[in-house]
Amino acid sequence: MALTKADLAETLFEELGLNKREAKDFVDAFFEEVRNSLADGAQVKLSGFGNFDLREKNQRPGRNPKTGEEIPISARRVVTFRPGQKLKARVELYAGSREQ
Amino acid sequence: MTKSELIEVLASRQSHLAFKDVELAVKSLLEQMSHALAEGERIEIRGFGSFSLHYRAPRQGRNPKTGASVSLPGKHVPHFKPGKELRERVDLGT
Repeated sequence: MALTKADLAETLFEELGLNKREAKDFVDAFFEEVRNSLADGAQVKLSGFGNFDLREKNQRPGRNPKTGEEIPISARRVVTFRPGQKLKARVELYAGSREQ
Repeated sequence: MTKSELIEVLASRQSHLAFKDVELAVKSLLEQMSHALAEGERIEIRGFGSFSLHYRAPRQGRNPKTGASVSLPGKHVPHFKPGKELRERVDLGT
């Protein structure tokens, strides 16, 4: 089981008293604003959780894994997530199964 | 963009909500996500990405001051994989 937007909205409904429509819209708006900022080239820093950073990747050689044919992987901008100290500390304590 | 800037943008776009409620809602979302990961649960947000835990095996480390060898236990670290829409929009921004 994974946490989804529906679960996040349900908790906003139960704990904050937003109605179901508002809760769903709010969750959508939250992720949309983070995406907007990153699409505009601005990193997003959510203290206590982590930072979404942008990295410029140069073109590099790649291969079609099926045919073995060489094709260049074009230069691109990618998002990376750097978890904050607080989140890292909480997750480190998790002692469950090794891979999910 | 920082958390407080995100709260301001959301408050201006969701003008039917009180500023205080927007603040509480943002905190709630981040706490729910942190809590899920701390319990070893994945997070899947379509169009944004997924968060999961990656395992780091135990290893021998060193105390950088004394050079003494210390054994570090295995641990989990959060991992984010951007979703298709986020990947495409970020790359188009270049």
